[in-house]
Amino acid sequence: MSIESAEPTPTGFLGWVDKRFPIMRVWNEHLAEYYAPKNMGFWSFFGSLALVVLVLQILTGVWLAMSYKPAATDAFASVEYIMRDVNWGWLLRYMHSTGASFFFILVYLHMFRGLLWGSYKNPRELLWIIGVLLYLAMMATAFFGYLLPWGQMSYWGAQVIVNLFSAVPGIGESLSTWVRGDYVISDATLNRFYAFHYLIPFLIAGLVFVHIVALHRVGSTNPDGIEIKKLKDAEGRPLDGIPFHPYYTVKDTVGIVVFAAIFSAVLFFAPDFGGLFLEAPNFQPADPLKTPVHIAPVWYFTPYYAMLRAIPPIAASQFPGVVVMFAAILIMFFLPWLDRSPVRSIRYKGILSKTFLGAFVVSFVVLAYLGMQPASDLHTLLARIFTGVYFAYFLLMPIYTKLEKTKPVPERVTT
Amino acid sequence: MNTQGVDPKRRRVLVAATTAVGVIGAGFVAVPFISSLTPRARARAAGAPVEADISKLEPGALMRVKWRGQPIWVVSRTEEMLTALPTMDPRLVDPTSEVPHQPDYCKNPTRSIKPEYFVAIGICTHLGCSPTYRPEFAPEDLGAEWKGGWFCPCHGSKFDLAGRVFKGVPAPTNLWIPKHRYLNDTTILVGEDAGAA
Repeated sequence: MSIESAEPTPTGFLGWVDKRFPIMRVWNEHLAEYYAPKNMGFWSFFGSLALVVLVLQILTGVWLAMSYKPAATDAFASVEYIMRDVNWGWLLRYMHSTGASFFFILVYLHMFRGLLWGSYKNPRELLWIIGVLLYLAMMATAFFGYLLPWGQMSYWGAQVIVNLFSAVPGIGESLSTWVRGDYVISDATLNRFYAFHYLIPFLIAGLVFVHIVALHRVGSTNPDGIEIKKLKDAEGRPLDGIPFHPYYTVKDTVGIVVFAAIFSAVLFFAPDFGGLFLEAPNFQPADPLKTPVHIAPVWYFTPYYAMLRAIPPIAASQFPGVVVMFAAILIMFFLPWLDRSPVRSIRYKGILSKTFLGAFVVSFVVLAYLGMQPASDLHTLLARIFTGVYFAYFLLMPIYTKLEKTKPVPERVTT
Repeated sequence: MNTQGVDPKRRRVLVAATTAVGVIGAGFVAVPFISSLTPRARARAAGAPVEADISKLEPGALMRVKWRGQPIWVVSRTEEMLTALPTMDPRLVDPTSEVPHQPDYCKNPTRSIKPEYFVAIGICTHLGCSPTYRPEFAPEDLGAEWKGGWFCPCHGSKFDLAGRVFKGVPAPTNLWIPKHRYLNDTTILVGEDAGAA
């Protein structure tokens, strides 16, 4: 009772609710008395922005579902119907398709922030792992969603990805048939993909809740990678902390305004973003007899797609390429234990960590580019090299973080 | 709670037995959920054989028919194309078609019943795209050595005009040849052979 009596007891309607639901305690623990480092800066915008886009995606998605028809015979036409006949349907659909790409942009920046600040290190391992699970759930949702317009790219993209399962030795063929519910991508596949595309976002929302609970248990980190909970004033408040509300709620609102401006510019002036956000072949209905001349996944999957193409078959099996592609994502789960550096933030790490992080970012961007390009000998060679660089960042991390000389970490946060 | 007279051993056995029965029950309940995702009767029925009328197929041309939702190619190979086939052998993974991706009656140098007509499932053995038909000799993008075949736009796999895969491409094996037979000189039945009757 001592915690609650420190606060003025609410009266009236709020008091009635608070007696039955701990509304004041939740408000204080997570907003008014949640202390975040005062030096979080620019890179802390992207988590809250990603949450805003998640809400936007769920909202526009539910509205699109009111006019969309998940049947092979009707799907393509129903998307055109949304674009032409449904009032404001074009806006809802473009918000949803542009939102998907921006969701990934924000999450990639959010993850890069984690790498910069060493946010995955003890005691935030679980927070990081929940984040990687969120990323996986996002990729699943995006993949299922991409089949729904039933265009050429939808169809052949799903064909390629589902066939990845048939590379599993032994059970592969029956596994991919089970995933499709047919011997080819068909109406049955479209129906179930629609069901999962609708379901997983709610799992994402649940995981986001868990992600925030875990964050508020260990506390936000900052560009210095210092624990602000170590130094507290007489009342037990962190010396370098400021309450999340109103300070960061206001700051994040500014972020939302700037983001909304950029988002609207793309939404209204270039919703297909030169074929990156909406690919040209997807404006043709799916044709099971004809693969488009050049197919590539949407940009946010292309780094992994480039890796898949780069690995040659071994012993007449394409399984190694599939393994490498999935390993590239799953290796992120082990990051907290690969980094042996005594310091968190890149600011105080040595030149090796900085070089490897830079090389990692370059390899991710180059692989993303290669994944969009047609296969050629030069591209395959480059993809192999940069796949090596991508994995070197993770696999050599235990060595280079140990080898290098780190800088001394200050007691208090710097600005 | 009254804990007098509690027999911990008996309690453990009961908890274990209840858990085991519960897990088995959950396993049974999972069966309909998992097996409802397998192909339903309508999809299985779509596997009926289809006829391909090749009377209007010009030499060197390719036609597609749909069988089990997949593209089936029928190519009328010219004399020039057929003579080029044996010259490809050193560049192929499996020139003699040892991997059983064809009925026994197509395990021959042309991978066909009649040398001039080639029938294959038009799905790349890599990840299931439908390769592009490139019958021309020595086109600019595929090099002077190219003597006709298929190029997969998705991942760059190459096959010759008998659907045999080239070395050093992502696809691991030759294209699949479906069961088929000639009903008469101008009609091929895809999906069924003489043995199935």
